[in-house]
Amino acid sequence: MTDLTDVNVGITRFPGTNCDRDIAYAVDLVGANSHYVYWNETDLSKMDVIIIAGGFSYGDYLRAGAIASITPIIDAIKQFAKEGKPVLGICNGAQILGEIDLVPGLFIENENARFICESRKLKINTTRTPFTKLYDKNQIVEMPIAHKEGRYYTEDLDSVIDNDQVVLTFEDGNPNGSMNGITGVCNIEGNVVAVMPHPERAAEDLLRSHDGLNFFKSFID
Amino acid sequence: MNYNVEVKISLKKGMLSPEASTIEKALALLNYEVKNTQTMNIIKFTIDAENEDIVNKNVDEMCQKLLCNPVIHDYEITISEE
Repeated sequence: MTDLTDVNVGITRFPGTNCDRDIAYAVDLVGANSHYVYWNETDLSKMDVIIIAGGFSYGDYLRAGAIASITPIIDAIKQFAKEGKPVLGICNGAQILGEIDLVPGLFIENENARFICESRKLKINTTRTPFTKLYDKNQIVEMPIAHKEGRYYTEDLDSVIDNDQVVLTFEDGNPNGSMNGITGVCNIEGNVVAVMPHPERAAEDLLRSHDGLNFFKSFID
Repeated sequence: MNYNVEVKISLKKGMLSPEASTIEKALALLNYEVKNTQTMNIIKFTIDAENEDIVNKNVDEMCQKLLCNPVIHDYEITISEE
């Protein structure tokens, strides 16, 4: 296994973030170093990976992720991503990545208007990202989803598919009405990944699945 | 001069609005048959500026940068002198 002891992972904290400690646990579990980075920080130079944690940043006011998207740390994350470094947004983090256009499309209110919290079977559609490279293409994994705004919507579905930007799709059914069952996408380069399911909540057998752990093991070559 | 501003934000026409369709179904439970239900957010504030053109320009920027997501929303700006 890759040695991750020198890998520093920045986990974002906005007012209302609530998945930060779960992610730190998973990051530490694989032997990397977790650090919390706050909404008003502007220097991410000591970090090797950034994970935008889930929750309800700024109370989801205006839209999920809208207010977080204009905070100082976002400019730093944009720069970090531009340098080709790995950025992962989970749940509210995925919604934020959509708001700031680092990934194509948006995650909007579920078709059935319900908050869905359940384990789902998912397909790994691409293994070219820093977070999915330890999986097999088309591998089926199980991870929880927990969201009310997770319906994937894009004005340009064809290009997302043609450019190999689909990362995760629902395998059995489509619980939130996402286009083509898409629930994880990446940027063209593949270093920025946005997923609605929670890999950190599937990090060890005690949580019923450890299928998500490879997201954290595979940060760095 | 102070101006009163009202920004009305709605989902673009044709986009599925789960809130609107839930309201429509609930009204049907009360035996009210309605169609074309829409919901929208209204944001109101007062702004000090030299003239209405400047207000309009600034509020439009606010909509583009934060208040709306132009991919899914339409917005309408109404300005009046305080």
